[in-house]
Amino acid sequence: MSADSAAPAQSSPRRAVLDLSGITKRFGGTLALDRVDLTVTPGSVHALVGENGAGKSTLGKIAAGIYTPDAGGISVSGRSVGRWDTVRAQRQGIVMIAQELSLVRDLTVAQNVFLGIEEHRAGILRRDQRRRFAALDEVAQFGLDPSARLGDLRIADQQKVEILRALARDAKVIVMDEPTSSLTAHETQRLHEVVRRLTAQGRSVVYVSHFLESVLEVSDTVTVMRDGRRIRTGSARDETKRSLVEAMLGRELAVTFPPRPPAPAADVQPLLVATDMASDNGVRSATLAVRPGEIVGLLGLVGSGRTEIARALVGVDRVTAGTVVLDGQGLGRTSPRRSRDAGLVMVPEDRHGQGLVLARSMSENMTLAFLGRFSRWGLVDRRRERRRVGELVEQLQVRPARPELPVQGFSGGNQQKALLAKWLVGEPRLVILDEPTRGVDVGAKFAIYELIVALARRGVGVLIISSEHEEVLGLAHRAHLVCAGRTFDEVDPAHLSPEDLLRRLFAAQDDAAGESADSAAGTHDPGLGVDVSTSHSEELTR
Amino acid sequence: MTITETATPARPSPSSTPSSGARVLAFARDYAALVLLVVIFVTLSIISSSFLSFTNIMNILNQNTPLAIIAVAGTFVIISGAFDLSTAAMYAVASVAVAWMATHTDNAALALLIAPVLGVVMGILNGLAVTKLHVHSFLATLASSLVYKAVAVLVTGGSLITVTTEGFSDLGRGRVGGVFYAVIVLIGIVALGSLLLHSSVFGRHVFAVGGNSDAAHLSGVRVDSTRVTVFALSGLAVGIAAAIGVSRIASGQPQAGAGLELQAIAAVILGGTSIYGGVGAVWRSIVGVFLIALIGNGFDILSVNPQMKDLVTGVIILAAVALAAADRRRR
Ligand SMILES: Nc1ncnc2c1ncn2[C@@H]1O[C@H](COP(=O)(O)OP(=O)(O)OP(=O)(O)O)[C@@H](O)[C@H]1O
Ligand SMILES: [Mg+2]
Repeated sequence: MSADSAAPAQSSPRRAVLDLSGITKRFGGTLALDRVDLTVTPGSVHALVGENGAGKSTLGKIAAGIYTPDAGGISVSGRSVGRWDTVRAQRQGIVMIAQELSLVRDLTVAQNVFLGIEEHRAGILRRDQRRRFAALDEVAQFGLDPSARLGDLRIADQQKVEILRALARDAKVIVMDEPTSSLTAHETQRLHEVVRRLTAQGRSVVYVSHFLESVLEVSDTVTVMRDGRRIRTGSARDETKRSLVEAMLGRELAVTFPPRPPAPAADVQPLLVATDMASDNGVRSATLAVRPGEIVGLLGLVGSGRTEIARALVGVDRVTAGTVVLDGQGLGRTSPRRSRDAGLVMVPEDRHGQGLVLARSMSENMTLAFLGRFSRWGLVDRRRERRRVGELVEQLQVRPARPELPVQGFSGGNQQKALLAKWLVGEPRLVILDEPTRGVDVGAKFAIYELIVALARRGVGVLIISSEHEEVLGLAHRAHLVCAGRTFDEVDPAHLSPEDLLRRLFAAQDDAAGESADSAAGTHDPGLGVDVSTSHSEELTR
Repeated sequence: MTITETATPARPSPSSTPSSGARVLAFARDYAALVLLVVIFVTLSIISSSFLSFTNIMNILNQNTPLAIIAVAGTFVIISGAFDLSTAAMYAVASVAVAWMATHTDNAALALLIAPVLGVVMGILNGLAVTKLHVHSFLATLASSLVYKAVAVLVTGGSLITVTTEGFSDLGRGRVGGVFYAVIVLIGIVALGSLLLHSSVFGRHVFAVGGNSDAAHLSGVRVDSTRVTVFALSGLAVGIAAAIGVSRIASGQPQAGAGLELQAIAAVILGGTSIYGGVGAVWRSIVGVFLIALIGNGFDILSVNPQMKDLVTGVIILAAVALAAADRRRR
């Protein structure tokens, strides 16, 4: 990307680069947007905040030509647009990074980034996209491997690919829908630097997020939405986290963690014990235990192997060494099915890839894993199913409360609630939660924290993974630190500051990177990118 | 920058009624094939005096029974995200096996029973090829259909086996109160198929496997055995259809059933079941079968150039599928 070719600076800075007025959009019986206005000025960051289902993603998608509005006007740089679709929007420089990633899993990172804008000579693709990719990475500094297969990347890295894709399109306006929902605090900082570099070039960013601190830090203007309406638009300087929450929810809410349930006594027999566990997907040596009623955290940087440990525990990946003992009984060859039947479940981080059957109703999704409990003689007992689903919809505040609709039509945060409900329906004895609040609004987040605490109070063991380290620190009784596929230390979350935690994690990563550099080349695990870790350590020493 | 406040009513309900126009459009999209079926039915009833008679309707039902039975099971296959291209070949094998058994044992019931049994076996083999060898169902069943077809030819030496066994044709030709046995069998299969797909745990698993097999696996669904069962069902249905078909013409030959596999898939898709898996219904496939049948019947009644029949059928399938796809692509 060439910085000097950025044109928008020539127009008056106050003139809107993108102007949406009176936008209305319906989906069947749902009024997703009701006469919403949005004005984006050049070189600025305009944040959109609001509860799950408020209409933020829909508004972004209309700007980017993915959805057609039922009413309302769109104009770009003062000129009203006629027909509007993704191709026209991109040509006019409006690009969206979707909340639910939409990349081609079987292409490489570089191919995904340049998809549709490949350099060619007389129709023949130029082979070497590397130089072009390197130029792009200069701006973003994500340190991704351009030739890695996209499907092999973890969610956070896929999110970075989406960001590169938008950058490659030389966009005037980039709509970022929850760009940081799987990034750690550190990576979020990195993204914000990218955003600032973009705005310095005269580009604009529409920033949709539930992380209100991030919003306040990075944005110039904030628009608050609720139930498909714009509540207010104002300067970010005039807002506080509290004022935003109040405007979003229409009520006050103290955003804190519920009190921890009492820790189980030390002599209580653990539910789950893993000893020196290794897996075929990058876990090298994990040792941990979870007692009934205990909340245990796994803390690590993105790519440290947290998710992989969870996957091995429930039998998605194969355990190749060490032991996993559930209730004093060794689990031989496990499978998700056996784990589930033994009362051990995992809520995956990737809700579209592994979590939900998008085309089916929310209700069917919620009961899929424990359908046996809602059936007799192999037939589904609809009445019992409806009753239980109704309870969960109520408890998790799913909006709209219509579980008979296909789950793909629900907003990101509401899909996340469905995913949680799906695994809680069966009343498991041990739950592994991988990014349980991904894309969830502040109000619902609090509801999920309360839910986790309530589970522990009932004697359920909880293993929690979150890139929002504060979540683990605020909820867990104990936490294991993870790096390069190993658990290397145990900490007391109540007495650890996020800063100290990050320092320790980076120090461990530097050690691991040093070790793998010392040992013969080629022994590093493809599942746990060593590339990423080295780029992190560079960052720290700079 | 100043803060602009807009009116904020206390939590308005996010849902309100859509315009009636939009609702009509959505209905047309979801029920396109059904609407078309009704339109053609009414049109034929008006323009032809011979169409709307008990005999004609019963004949149409009876003639299409084998295809409809196969399409019911085909619905499961397509919803599970797979294709079964071997139905025609399985039909041929079952046909010659029934005829061979009848001529060799002279026992009609035993001979007819061999068809569903063989069908299930062949279906399971298909399912194992797909799940154990990890071959895409399209290729696996394309290959298996060559094998099955060859078996049918080898058994008969390529010739027709005529059956003269006592009572052999009762299943295909017999009726009670003017209703063919075969049609009663079809109604039973549609009812059972609907119950299985839409109300059973197995049916939910079929939808989940077709919609997102990774999510299904993680939910503890036995993905592979669900797939095998679906192919076994397809084989079972083909066997029953073949028993009816052979019983009707009292002969078996390796060319029997040619073209059935594509007709069945076309009917399922025309009815509105998604070719991508995860979405569909048994009644839709029945609508698809009889929509194609009525178009054919209309051409016969009006004695229009029969060459036009395939053209019109093709255009209608394309239009129906395009209508469904338009909804997915653009909102
Ligand atoms: N494709 C769709 N089909 C049907 N309904 C939809 C569709 N997309 C959005 N909706 C509905 O529109 C409303 C607004 O959804 P939207 O995704 O814009 O919310 P959001 O503000 O982005 O929420 P979140 O914070 O959870 O991502 C919701 O009620 C949702 O159910
Ligand atoms: Mg959203």
